[in-house]
Amino acid sequence: MEKVRANLMLCAGTGCVASGTMKVKAALQEELKKRGLEEEIKLVLTGCNGYCAEGPVMVVHPDEIFYQRLTVEEIPTLVEEHFLKGRPYQKLMFKEPEKKTAMPLMKDIPFFKLQVLRVLRNKGLIDPEKMEEYISRDGYQAAAKALTQMKPEDIIKVVKDSGVRGRGGAGFPTGLKWEFASKSKSDVKYMLCNGDEGDPGAFMDRSVMESDPHSVIEGMIIGARAIGSNYGYIYVRAEYPLAVKRLRLAIDQATEAGLLGKNILDTGFDFELDIYLGAGAFVCGEETALMRSIEGKRGMPRPRPPFPAHKGLWDKPSVLNNVETLAQIAPIIMNGAEWYRSLGTEKSSGTKVFALTGAINNVGLVEVPMGIPLRRIIYDIGGGPKKGRKFKAVQLGGPSGGCIPESLLDIPVTYEDIVATGAIVGSGGMVVMDDNTCMVGTAKFFLDFTADESCGKCTPCRVGTKILLDMLTDITEGKGKVEDIETLQDLGRDIIAASLCGLGQTAPNPVLTTIKYFRDEYESHIIDKWCKAGVCRNLSSFWIDEKLCKACGACLRACPSKAIVGEKKVPHKIIQELCVHCRTCYDTCKFKSINILPAGFEGDPAEFLAAAAAKKEGGNA
Amino acid sequence: MARLTIDDLLKIKEKHKAEFQLREGGYRAKVTVHMGTCGIAAGARAVMTAVMEEISKANVTDVIVTTSGCAGLCAREPLATVEIMNQPPVRYCDLNEQKMREIFQEHVIGGKPIEKYALVTGCETTY
Repeated sequence: MEKVRANLMLCAGTGCVASGTMKVKAALQEELKKRGLEEEIKLVLTGCNGYCAEGPVMVVHPDEIFYQRLTVEEIPTLVEEHFLKGRPYQKLMFKEPEKKTAMPLMKDIPFFKLQVLRVLRNKGLIDPEKMEEYISRDGYQAAAKALTQMKPEDIIKVVKDSGVRGRGGAGFPTGLKWEFASKSKSDVKYMLCNGDEGDPGAFMDRSVMESDPHSVIEGMIIGARAIGSNYGYIYVRAEYPLAVKRLRLAIDQATEAGLLGKNILDTGFDFELDIYLGAGAFVCGEETALMRSIEGKRGMPRPRPPFPAHKGLWDKPSVLNNVETLAQIAPIIMNGAEWYRSLGTEKSSGTKVFALTGAINNVGLVEVPMGIPLRRIIYDIGGGPKKGRKFKAVQLGGPSGGCIPESLLDIPVTYEDIVATGAIVGSGGMVVMDDNTCMVGTAKFFLDFTADESCGKCTPCRVGTKILLDMLTDITEGKGKVEDIETLQDLGRDIIAASLCGLGQTAPNPVLTTIKYFRDEYESHIIDKWCKAGVCRNLSSFWIDEKLCKACGACLRACPSKAIVGEKKVPHKIIQELCVHCRTCYDTCKFKSINILPAGFEGDPAEFLAAAAAKKEGGNA
Repeated sequence: MARLTIDDLLKIKEKHKAEFQLREGGYRAKVTVHMGTCGIAAGARAVMTAVMEEISKANVTDVIVTTSGCAGLCAREPLATVEIMNQPPVRYCDLNEQKMREIFQEHVIGGKPIEKYALVTGCETTY
């Protein structure tokens, strides 16, 4: 037996690899060898750990010490201090934003402590390229149980009773979908996995596919057995080359071991699995468009009925499940429906993985029970907005979702409760926005995306999203009209009612929710020609408050147009004619002495701001 | 890899049990060899190597060995602490390779602390 006394779990997910994991790995190997420790300390490359903004990250077992932001330069000291002398290296530990104290143990760090790992059960604990490690964590036990001890009806019953809902965004009960497909009569049926993950800002599925590809395969084997399918595809977007590589390797390893292909585990059940690459179209994440794409045609949705469970890929009964949904199936089979329901709510059982990003301290993947208050995710796990900034809104569900303001932060995160606000849980993207964000600009950003990605088949979406985009662009450039707000809402509702597929049916959501909760920003842009966040260049002007200015010169040096004049001890001034409204001075100033006023403002800034504040108070009274 | 049977799945899990216990926790006994400059100077590495060899020889999967920094009592190095789950931890002092091997056999495997080598029983735990 090897005399290994420690395992170094070095994250090799896409984020950390991009930040230099492979160089760190080489440095570690070299240093461990130099110190004669390479026999007793084993370096393991794991999949995505989830704490993606601080990578490369590494966990040392059995000490459970968490390290972040590893660099090649620090490796020699790290090895000497921790592995040779036994003193964990403080400099690379996690530190809470405001305090300087290090938190060495991963289980104490709030970001990790408050998560409940079911989908991500193997996170940071296995090398995804070694199937034996997946098996060591009870891998393929569920598939064995499903194939030898359960009938297809039994499998469907457990999944139905667990209440698990599709995690791709629609939240359709998975057990029900499998039941419909199992009842369709056909010689050939297809079991499909949606690994397209087109939502900007979402990377949950990427993490699962890269870090735990076998969990997806196992889920598909069980699903195929339930519905009576012998062929399957995993549709992966080509923009995830690491996921494609790991899935390919996993499929090959499983096939060689008799866990895929003919006569799986000698049970007589056949299931062949292959990968199909996406080619960059958001609409191909829609189930009927995805199936058209696999058939080699242009990805365009079609009306339903007939539903894919009756007529799907090549008109055969097909089931398409999201990556995250499939990764949950094996534990449900092993532990039962009651276990799954022990977390979450009545109608939204289980856990969900969210990709928490944006203007927040802890960015990364978070798996939490459904029903958790939104505030807890953003403040306790995410660590809240960065120092000096205020929370403004959180966008849930990507371009199909909506913004939720501060007043609603206590709602539980369930499918029903979020839909009631006008947003959707969606695939799990959660983008936090602070007071430096322009909500009109945010709506425009998402419409820019959906208008571009519209397949063009149906008029409401093809033309409607473009019109919404043009109107929003006009508003951000100062050409908005008062009637526009009403028009945007009417048009948005029409597009939702008349579009053929989910893309069009949800594209207006960002506009409708930002108007609902931030109407005053739209009015400010249109009527006052004032973007208070200073993002819309034509709608902002910048003024230094001479009473607050400390004449430090930081903004003067930062200004790209040399539009600021001043000297030591003389309050600085912005020359309006030279200012290009880039907001750099505002972002640089540490003393909050720069104010953002309407475009082309003339007069006394202090008076104007006082009047604006009074009007707001009066409006609120 | 050749075709697997259902039994093989369980065998693979058993084969990797020790390694995964390292990663997941759930060990029965933990030996901490105190390093730091004082420990290393006094010969802690030899003590560490001895523990690892003993684990190998005994072929146990529920014992882990780890290091820590200086424990504070530099004059009595090398020091090591043996923690068995649900029992008070025992800190040993003035160790050498041979004493460590005895402690492993009698305390870690046998369950009986060796009083004459011990400094103190019941210091801070790490579990």
